[in-house]
This record gives sequence, C-alpha cells and structure tokens, in this order.
Amino acid sequence: MEAEFTLHVNGQARTVRVDPATPLLYVLRDDLGLNGPKFGCGLQQCGSCMVLLDTIAWPSCQLPVANVQNAAITTLEGLTRPDGSLHPVQQAFVDEQAAQCGYCLNGMVMSAVALLTVHPKPDDQTIRNALFRVLCRCGVHSRALAAIKKAADSMKS
Amino acid sequence: MAAQYPSQLSHSRRDFIKSVGCLTIAFVLGSGADVLAGESVVADELPESLAKNPRINAWLEVLANGRVRVLTGKTEIGQGIRTAVAQIAAEELNMSMERVEVVLAETGRTPDERYTSGSASIETSGMSIRYAAAAARQQLLGLAARQLRVKASQLRLADGMIRTTDGKRQLSFTQLLKGKQLQGEVKLPVQLKAKSEYQHVGKPVRRDDIERMVRAEPVYVQDLRFPGMVHARVLRPTSYWGKLAKLDTAEMQRQIPGLLKTVVDGSFVGFIAEKECQAKGAQDYGIQHAQWTNGPALPTKQALPELLTTLPAITKRAVNKGDMSSFDATTAGSAPTDASLSARYFKPYLMHASVGPSCAVALFDQEDSLHIWTHSQGVYPLRNTLAALLKMPPERIHVKAVPGSGCYGHNGADDVAADAALLARAYPGRHVRLQWSRDDEHAWEPYGSAMLMQLDARLDSEGSITHWQNNIWSDTHSTRPGGKPESLLAARLLAQPALPTPATEVSSAIYRNGEPLYAIPNQRLDTHYVQGPLRVSALRGLGAFGNVFALESFMDELALQAKQDPWEFRLRHLTDKRAKAVIQRTREMIKNEKLAPGEGFGLGFAQYKNQAAYCAVVAKVHVAEEMGTIRALHLWAAIDAGETINPDGLKNQTEGGMIQASSWTLKEEVLFNEQHITSRQWETYPIFRFDEVPAVTVSIIDRPTEKPLGAGEAAQGPTAAALANAVFQACGKRIRSLPIRPEKLVQIKES
Ligand code: FES
Ligand code: FES
Repeated sequence: MEAEFTLHVNGQARTVRVDPATPLLYVLRDDLGLNGPKFGCGLQQCGSCMVLLDTIAWPSCQLPVANVQNAAITTLEGLTRPDGSLHPVQQAFVDEQAAQCGYCLNGMVMSAVALLTVHPKPDDQTIRNALFRVLCRCGVHSRALAAIKKAADSMKS
Repeated sequence: MAAQYPSQLSHSRRDFIKSVGCLTIAFVLGSGADVLAGESVVADELPESLAKNPRINAWLEVLANGRVRVLTGKTEIGQGIRTAVAQIAAEELNMSMERVEVVLAETGRTPDERYTSGSASIETSGMSIRYAAAAARQQLLGLAARQLRVKASQLRLADGMIRTTDGKRQLSFTQLLKGKQLQGEVKLPVQLKAKSEYQHVGKPVRRDDIERMVRAEPVYVQDLRFPGMVHARVLRPTSYWGKLAKLDTAEMQRQIPGLLKTVVDGSFVGFIAEKECQAKGAQDYGIQHAQWTNGPALPTKQALPELLTTLPAITKRAVNKGDMSSFDATTAGSAPTDASLSARYFKPYLMHASVGPSCAVALFDQEDSLHIWTHSQGVYPLRNTLAALLKMPPERIHVKAVPGSGCYGHNGADDVAADAALLARAYPGRHVRLQWSRDDEHAWEPYGSAMLMQLDARLDSEGSITHWQNNIWSDTHSTRPGGKPESLLAARLLAQPALPTPATEVSSAIYRNGEPLYAIPNQRLDTHYVQGPLRVSALRGLGAFGNVFALESFMDELALQAKQDPWEFRLRHLTDKRAKAVIQRTREMIKNEKLAPGEGFGLGFAQYKNQAAYCAVVAKVHVAEEMGTIRALHLWAAIDAGETINPDGLKNQTEGGMIQASSWTLKEEVLFNEQHITSRQWETYPIFRFDEVPAVTVSIIDRPTEKPLGAGEAAQGPTAAALANAVFQACGKRIRSLPIRPEKLVQIKES
C-alpha cells in the first residue's frame, strides 16, 4: 500500500514512497536522512521529535505522512541559514551551553522558535508553558530558559 | 592522586604522609627544563588508570599535521568529558584547544578504563592524560635539545613548536618525531605545569559538541547510518517473568512488508526489517498476536517498605565506632525519651528514564567478527560480556562508544547492545540498528533499588549527638555486566537462560554515605542486603541518594529536638573545614531571600562517598495543602570539587543534578502489579516538566591546589533532604517516604 508523497521539507520538495500511515518522524529520519527530530517515545509525550508545521511546533512521531503534504515542514537542520550561520535560538543554546546530553535540544529549540514567532518577548511562565511538552532528563531547563530569553533579545535588536 | 604544590600540601596529603611516615616526594627546585615561569609541580604517584597503562602513546598521539590526539577510555555521557580532557592535554602541552582532538572509549584503540561511572572520569582518566601529556612535553623537549644541540632549559614549547629562548631556531613536533610516536612510559617523577600558568584548566571552556547538536549533526548512536543498514525491534514478554508460548513467524512474514527476519531464541524475540517503521510494524504485530505464559507473580501483598524488611537478608556491620552498649541498654524497645529519636525513611525504585530509549548498532562481518556501536558506559567490560554470551573470543569483538541520550548510570545501554549482537549474529553481513521502544526502556531497564533506612540517635544535654545507629535494607546497587552475561536482560530470555546468581557479599554501594560525616563518638551501621523483586543496577548516586535523604532529614529532626538551627546544628557536629565551608556558603547565598506564607527553606549536605565532592543544597518550597500542591521554587548549591577543571561544566552538572533529584524526590516511583511494571511511559511515570522545574543557582568553591574530586553525583542526596526539610518548615509535616507527594500530607499530623 505504499504510495508517493511530496513533502515540503526545509524549503525543498522531497518525494518519498511510503505507507500513508507512516509517522512523519520515520520518513524524516529514515527516508530523508535527517537527524534533528529524535525518537523519544512515539506517544506525543516527550517532544523529542518536534518539527515545525508552517510555524507551529508539533511532535512528528504520530503524524501520518499523508496528512502533512500541504504543510511547510521545518526540522532543526532547516533553521541553520544557507550561509551556515545559526538561527538566533540555536546560537543562544550554544552561548548558554544549554545542554548536557543534548538529546532534548531538538524539542527545546523547535518549540522556542515557534514560541518566538507569536511571542517575541515571552516571560518565564510563557516559555515554560510553550515548552511544556518537551522532557529533559539531564535537567538543563534553567539554561534553556536563559537561552530562549537571550534569543528573544537578540532577535528584537 | 593528583599533584600538590610542595608548599601547600593538602590536608589529606599531610595525613597520608603522616600515616606512611617515610613517603619521599621528589621536589624539583627551580622551574626545570621547560622554563615555565611559575612554580612547577612534581607528581609522586601515578593515577590508577595510568599505572595500569603507563605507555605515553596509549593516551596521546602526535599527528602529522601537528595536532595532538588524546585517547580516553571514558565515554561522553553529557558530562562534558571530551572538553575536560582536551583542556587538560592542551594545558600541559601549551597549545590551543583547537589543536587537540579526543577519541572516546573504543576497544583495541583506547586504554581500558572499565566503566564511566562513580563521577571518576576526571580523577582517573583526566589525571592520567595530564601526566601523559606532561611526560610527552618532557620527552619532546629532550628530543629537541638533542637535535638542536642546546640545553633543554634553553627551549620553550608552545602550540606544536619548540623554540630556542632566543627565538632563532625552532622545530615542530612533526619535524621532531618524523612520523614516529612518542615512546616509553610515563615515569616518576613527572613534572607538571604550574597551576598559576594555566590558560585552559579552571576556565569555563565551551563544549564544542553543543554546536554540533544544535546543527543536527549525527552526534548520537541513534544517528548512525551505514550503507545497507537494517532496522530492528524486540518483543518482550507481557509479564515480568513471562515465557513465549506462540508466535506465528510464517504468518508475520506474509503480513509485514519489509520484514527480513524474525529471530526467536526461547523468549527472546527480535524483528529485522529494511526500514525502521517496518520493524516497528513487526513489533506492533507481535504485541497483538504473540502468546505468552505468565511467570511467577511479583510480590504485591505487602507494601514495599515492609517487604524489604521481611525478605531474607545478608547483614553486614559496616561501621562500629565507640561504645554503643549504653545505647542498646536504654533505647532498645523502650519509648523514645526526650533525648533520643527514631525515624524510618523510604526510597522507592527509581528509573533512569532516559529521554531517548536505548539503541545500538551491531555488525557481524564476513570474518566472523562482531562490531558494536554503543552508548554503554564500559566498552571493554561489554566486550568481555558479549564474548561470554555469544561464546566467541573477545579479540573478535570490537566495541566503540558513541554518545546516546543521557543515562545517569546503568540503564538499558548494555542490554540493547547485547540484543543487537544476537540479532546481528542471526543476520550477518549488514549493520543492524536496534532501537528500543519507550515501553522497552521503562518496563525493562534495571532500576535504582528501593531502600529502607531506620535511624536511631541520642542527644546529650548540650544537644550534641552521642549515639547514632543506622539500619539499611536494600537490594544491590550495581549489576553492571562486567563480563557476566547473566546480568544482561537477553540472557534470562534465551532458550538456555542464564540467571544472575545473587551476590553473597554486601556491596558498599548500599551503605554509600550511610555513615554521616558528622563527628559522633558512638556509631553503628548495619546493612541488610536483600534481593528485591525487580531488576536493579547503578542509578546516579547509588545508595547515597536514599542514605543522604534519610540521614540529612534525620539531622533536621534532631536539630529540632535539640532546639537548634539546622545550619548551626550541622556545623557544630563537623570538623572538616571544607564541609563547613559549603554549608556556610549556602547560608550566604540565601541571606537576602524572604519567605512568603506557605514557604519554607531546607538544607541538605553530604560529601559524596565521604571522599568526593562536598555539596550543600538549600531548597525553597511552597506548600499549599488546601490546593494539594508542593512546589520546588528555588534550589541553591554550594559545591567544592577540589581543583575545578571546567567551572561551567561543574555548574551544569550540579544544576542538572538538583533538577533531576527534585523530580525523583517530589514525583517519581516505579510501580508494579502482580504481572508487571505499570510505570510504562511518561504518563504512568511522570517526571518534571518545564512548569515544575525550580530555579537553580550554583556557587563553586574552587580549590586549585587540591586534587579534583568527582562531582557529577554530589547534589542528588542533599537535594532530596533539602526538599523534605523545606516542606517541613513550610507546613510542619515531615514526610519520610519518597516521593514527597501532596497527598501524603493529609495522612500526617503536624508535629
Ligand atoms: S517521540 Fe514524539 S513526542 Fe516523544
Ligand atoms: S540535555 Fe539530556 S535530556 Fe536534556
């Protein structure tokens, strides 16, 4: 029952042949060779697999590929500018050294990017709410909060 | 042991010299051959890893392009070891960090340093690399002196070059070595660079892997891709001791597109498919259609704390100090008097709960050799374990460490590697990538042991503790495979199963930090080692988490009894200056903080293992009984890890430790029914989410002249006690059973 789907990923049209029920996460990692979205639970509980659908951050682990053909999909890779420079949120996570193992970084960064498009200057509570879905076991939350505030500042200026 | 300044011998070193009496220390007068401006230091004892493997080129290689490659037997588990050892090597060789590359644990390539555990990476690997780099510097200078026909004292070494002091002549490392490697062993005395000259060590150097992470470069074992690689999933029994009754593999082959092979060996079941989603499809099919028989039931009739004390136990008296006879005579069986106190504390099973479930890649190649890519904490022990499991010579097994999701101890990493090896052997010639599911990880990882601590103490009329008794009931805290295949999950499932034989000796990890650092003249510590119902192994802090929670909660209870301030009460029972300093520092850190109604402060302190980093934590909590909420608002830590290699790394570890331990303390508990674990995903095993996480502040007491002390686990126990003590201050209720959940408040009377 495989079929062809054309997805818009990081500004490019990509055609894949997969079962329509295949969750987007597997297509991104397995068929398109991307590393940003990670497998964490497959249950929409941890945020490891977060991508942007247009401007909204959404877990990709239960999203059937057939449902996302009309969306502009952005992964962590797609945030980096063509000249190789980092998106301000990526840069802020580096500057604040907001990682230990870093497995959760994808979820944090993607959620933060989505947040900043609607709330250019979020307060602590707004950031915490926006990142609610993202689990971090190493406990870098406080650094992530600082990084997101820093990114917000740098994007305004 | 690390080097000390000759003029500033540390406390412990002085004690050591006193106790051995005749230890000779080779001082070097003046600054020696490599003309370092400061006072250089001479090491008198090799770090343990180096003593086992003293060849310089086991630790350090000079590359043709003038760069230096450092080899560590430790792995990156989010603690930043890669950066820390690069700092250390760059320092001794006077070079920029960009010129240093690091190879992490790999069999046949790096030294065998067993496990990356016990917060010992800096103390062992880091110090070995420091000494090897220093020896390399000495050797390079010696070679240059011969080649240039000058005295070594007329040479300077920096950035891959050796120059004469007049600047007229120079040689690169590459010209010096002419394609050869440094030879020989690190021999005492080793002359170390003066700490006053440090450029890299002690500075908050950035980790370069974080940029690779935000760029979504392939950092993790989960990201490995090899040509022709296939994907695998495993299928687990429906109960903890279940056995496979029926699985129609032929039917599966017809139903599941892309399924290449189903491997069944007893109750071990794995599926190999072309694509990952297809492997998952096979697993889903198996979950629905496979039939299992139930094994023996898990014990649910008794509450866990009670169960622990009724199981058969092996008892060991780990501490016996002073004279407990008067204590026994008056306390045993009698009601607590004014001057004595008893309390019982409980810590449930806890999960490592890595965000990324365990994963491994395995290849059984044409030459019948096995290659494993793993986030295991010990590549050499894993190799030996797999050799025994698969009955093949260890020389034919190659294990390479690749970072994974943070593990915080012994999680499913070794198990998934063994699973992958079994599957790869059944499907040779292609790389097999095995990804565990969330359920696989939650339900089958080896948990941190449940523990029960019974504490009894007596105070004199001045409010000083005179007698102290601790009874600990717990399962073991480490079943790392270490060559024993029966500790692997797969081993109990195979057609010819192997079950771990329970240890007959009481592991010291159970009573880690069970003995307080406080000066108490009469003490007894009895450890009752029991075999609990669940698979267990090392979880960050091992026994120290439960033990420090108990004894530091008890210290507050005793302080209350003695009508003393908890800070003062601890300080007056301490003689160790560094211990006092971290406690005092926390008081300074919160001196401008105010408490609102419903809020409380609490303090917890420990020196991890009573020999590693000193850490004191203060928690500020808010308790709203009517709302049924307990919130951790802010945690402050003061930490003394001796010589700090990377202060930002130490801060990061301590912040993360406090946040993780807060989640353990306030929320977590592995639950099970007769059949099985019921904590199987994030809704049934909730951990902190962003809205619950406290603010964290860390203050480092750096002691550059002391040896570096392991710090990665130091905050865990103090955090638990700080929270329990803060909840008591906020609402007058003492919760002695973790997790500290609001529903427990209603069961407790105010004291
Ligand atoms: S993997 Fe998608 S939310 Fe966890
Ligand atoms: S940094 Fe490891 S899970 Fe967040």
